[in-house]
Amino acid sequence: MKSQPIIQLQGLTKTYDLGEIQVHALRGVNLDIEAGSYVAIMGASGSGKSTLLNILGCLDRPTSGRYWLGGDDVSTLEDDALSIIRGQRLGFIFQSYNLIDQLTVVENIHVPLFYQGRDLEQCWDECVKFAELVGLGDRLDHRPKQLSGGQQQRVAIARSLVNNPLMILADEPTGNLDSQTGREVLEVLDRLNAAGKTIVLVTHGEEVATRAHRVVRMKDGFVDSDVLNRKTISTAATARPVAAAAR
Amino acid sequence: MKPLIPIALVRIVQLGVKSLLLHKMRSALTMLGIIFGVCSVIAMLAIGEGASHEAQEAIKKLGSSNVIIRSVKRTAENSSSGQGKRSFVAEYGLTYRDAARLQATIPGIRRVLPLRIMRDDVRFSSISHPCQVIGTHPLYPEINGVDLLAGRFLTETDERYQNNICAITLSLAESLFTGQNPLEQEVKIGANYFRVVGIVRERGTEQKRPQSGATEGQTIDANVYIPLSAARNRFGEVIFRRSAGSFEAEKVELHQLTLQFENPESVETAVPLIQRLLERFHERKDYELVVPLELLRQAERTKRIFNVVLGSIAAISLLVGGIGIMNIMLATVTERTREIGIRRALGAKKKDITTQFLVETIVLSVGGGLIGVAVGVITPLLVEQVAGMKTIITWWSVVVAFGISALVGVVFGLYPARRAAHLDPIEALRHT
Repeated sequence: MKSQPIIQLQGLTKTYDLGEIQVHALRGVNLDIEAGSYVAIMGASGSGKSTLLNILGCLDRPTSGRYWLGGDDVSTLEDDALSIIRGQRLGFIFQSYNLIDQLTVVENIHVPLFYQGRDLEQCWDECVKFAELVGLGDRLDHRPKQLSGGQQQRVAIARSLVNNPLMILADEPTGNLDSQTGREVLEVLDRLNAAGKTIVLVTHGEEVATRAHRVVRMKDGFVDSDVLNRKTISTAATARPVAAAAR
Repeated sequence: MKPLIPIALVRIVQLGVKSLLLHKMRSALTMLGIIFGVCSVIAMLAIGEGASHEAQEAIKKLGSSNVIIRSVKRTAENSSSGQGKRSFVAEYGLTYRDAARLQATIPGIRRVLPLRIMRDDVRFSSISHPCQVIGTHPLYPEINGVDLLAGRFLTETDERYQNNICAITLSLAESLFTGQNPLEQEVKIGANYFRVVGIVRERGTEQKRPQSGATEGQTIDANVYIPLSAARNRFGEVIFRRSAGSFEAEKVELHQLTLQFENPESVETAVPLIQRLLERFHERKDYELVVPLELLRQAERTKRIFNVVLGSIAAISLLVGGIGIMNIMLATVTERTREIGIRRALGAKKKDITTQFLVETIVLSVGGGLIGVAVGVITPLLVEQVAGMKTIITWWSVVVAFGISALVGVVFGLYPARRAAHLDPIEALRHT
């Protein structure tokens, strides 16, 4: 049985037009990510890693090439349509947590559902369920400022799960945390992946990357290497590298 | 069944309030502009309305179907009469014949009320008080607006028999008869005794007395009303006055004529006729015509201009308030760039962001508007208490002021909100 990948990138390029000079951030990326996989994207700054993440997160559109997300071509969608895609199919975890200060824990978790037109009262139980899942069931009414970094990041994880996304995009999720809490957060991600969530993680840290099943290294706008992680692959039967970089 | 107000909107408003409460001081200061704007619109218009209402009421009391003719002494011809013969007696003003002619010839006249006004001291036992002695007809209270407090006013019988009776004003009664009942007491005016038969109170006295001429600067509230016939016989036509060592005498038959017409329309046609008639029998213009109807119209015009001026001032303050709001909202957008980025990443469309910020601005301006209305309603009441000015809060000024404040929110909120919505989500997320 060959499962349909949830993400397919084909000849993806991104060029920033800065007037005098043109910056080629991506020069043709081909990448497939299957459901349930745990992929780490690595690369030095300027490698095109961030640009790739933005496009994967539907925050930006490629200059050329195709991007299928869950079977739909999202590479040419309009702004509003991209907003809907982000709200329904993607979950974001950021380095600096990016919670909204004036909202409580449960309200922060609710934000993606709010933009799907669902009132907090309707989906209170769901939001609480995810807060409990990340171990913050007793902090529902706290504001982000009243929480530690690790706790904030766990709220962000709960928020990324609440809309039941196809994929969770994590951008340096442990970058602002000490190694102990960083490890705890990564363990949460491990558990989520074990439960079947697709996770794409962008990181500098080799140690972080070792937890992934597959490591994609970017260089100069290309996929430099795409390797399976032998150590972890055994625990996740669903993860498979499908495509290699085309040079 | 769908709720009347969409629940989503309620949530957005709640969110807006929550965000604004995050910076209570800043929100309060921002609202201050709108509060002052709305408050000044309502308060200014209330004070203006009150002032013009007072003036209009005073004019209305003169009667919009009345024409008032007053005798005026020409200062240039102080001591010589019109015939050129030298005399110590200044002879001028309206005559009994004028009154009769007017009554007979001007169409639409209902009644003519003649008035003789003299200054004299009124005496009771050992107390003496300067006053105006007004010789008039029994019609006086009806035409001039006088309240009878006790006893009776002059009657036709008094007029016919030249009775030595009088009605006095309340303030005069208070200063003459301390602790006594003035009714049926005799007061001495000049060389004559008059029996007090009634106590009255004048309404809006200031406007009724001549502003120029012989009776200027008199005590207004101390009036003694006696029958015109009695005034003519007991005091004669010549009034003597001693002032600063010199001796003055004037011969005036009537000081004032109030012509009451059937209706305000006939006033307009009658005014030129009255002027022609008087010009014919008076070589000099020793009279003045007061037409309350014209004054009323003038007052209305003045009020309109007044309202425009006050309205513009208030509108400017609302505008300034609006600019203040826009300024703060632009700062807020910059400050909350990251929040905008987060919301965009989590599925918010541009429209959602626009709505969020617009609602916040509107909450600010409408909140300011509501407080402004409250303060604006209280301020005129305070002004009334402290300064004793009459104020009238009109419902439309409240509606207009509040409406403008809401509009200010929309107009000045739109730009910051659109700017927020058009931020690039990637840039916004990267913003620190």
